[in-house]
Amino acid sequence: MFRLSIVTPEKVFFDDDIVSLVVPGTEGYLGVLSNHAPLITALQIGRIEFRNTDEEVSILSVTNGFLEVSGNVASLLCDAAEYAKDIDVARAESALEKAQAKIADYNNGQKDINIDDEKLAVIRAKNRLKIHKENR
Amino acid sequence: MATLREVKRRIKSVQSTTRITKAMEMVAASKLRKAQQMVEEARPYSDKLDLMLSHLATASAEDIPHPYFEERDVKKKTLVVITSDRGLCGSYNANVLRKATEWLEANKAFELEVVTVGKKCNDHFKARQWTVVDNFSDWAGVINYDKVHDMVKLLTNRFLSSETDEIEIIYTQFISTVKYKIVTPRYLPIGKPEVDEEAGFNMDYIFEPNPESIYDAILPNYATSKMIMAVAEAIASEHGSRMMAMGNATTNAEEMVDVLTLEYNKARQAQITKELLEVVAGAEALKA
Repeated sequence: MFRLSIVTPEKVFFDDDIVSLVVPGTEGYLGVLSNHAPLITALQIGRIEFRNTDEEVSILSVTNGFLEVSGNVASLLCDAAEYAKDIDVARAESALEKAQAKIADYNNGQKDINIDDEKLAVIRAKNRLKIHKENR
Repeated sequence: MATLREVKRRIKSVQSTTRITKAMEMVAASKLRKAQQMVEEARPYSDKLDLMLSHLATASAEDIPHPYFEERDVKKKTLVVITSDRGLCGSYNANVLRKATEWLEANKAFELEVVTVGKKCNDHFKARQWTVVDNFSDWAGVINYDKVHDMVKLLTNRFLSSETDEIEIIYTQFISTVKYKIVTPRYLPIGKPEVDEEAGFNMDYIFEPNPESIYDAILPNYATSKMIMAVAEAIASEHGSRMMAMGNATTNAEEMVDVLTLEYNKARQAQITKELLEVVAGAEALKA
């Protein structure tokens, strides 16, 4: 058992004891159990899975985050986190369409668009949709 | 002595002012509560990020160069001034602008530019000889994360492309409803995170993949988080200050109503006395 706190700039999203945690590290997914060695890593856009002390599994989508594990406390900072069931599908879909339209504009010669931002937006939206679809 | 009607009209006008100031006080109080909550909710993220950065610095021992840490020979400085969009908040904006002007005067040796946040300081600096790079206003009294991201993007781009060598922010730190403190911390370059000497426990961290890339990922977020805190605190101070100002205005107006009511009663009495005298004088004249 160890402590997990998920904090976003808007609020403390989650703060409780859990048993296991899987996060999307920059080099691939990695698992954390209690008494893990101290670790700092950046996270990719992806999915977080953790199991609480009642053996219930929660699945979240995450964007732009970091994880620090030290002394049986895992602190996860991220720009946005949502439970799979709370993902706003309509919003993700419209974000996806908007970003894809922008990328199309860019390919048609509109060079004032920041292509990297739009590509990231596509990845974020696809990640949300995928997690929602898999965990309805 | 003012006539009865005049005094009555003034009482009415002051009373309607009281109603407005009272309503504004109440609105400010409710906005303050929300703003305060936002500050409190943003704080854990900022604190944890500070801690993580300090652990990172402690554990990765050797100095890691990063563009955000780069201390250049300062030729050009940027000042970010955070004020409110609207007035009627006492001396809040005046205080910030006075401090900002003092800062600008003190740094005259450098090439200076200003980034304004809020309509009030934009108007102020536009009317003077300072260079205003950009303005971010129309916050409507709440923090807007997209707008903060735009600000951070503008500032970091200017710094990284060497258009400016040092950025400072001037804003009000929210202490309590009645108290705020004007602070001018340096925004960029970011000071080297403090090495946490006390965290002597296990500082043998695993970095996945390496400290450099973690700095790359963490520092932009650090910059954003600092700006969110600054704006959130400024907004909370603004509402606190407005609440105080409107509270004072209400008390003053109520006092004024008391004074005017006394005057009104005196005038009324004087008039009655005058009428009585006239009646008595008339009766006397008839008798004679």
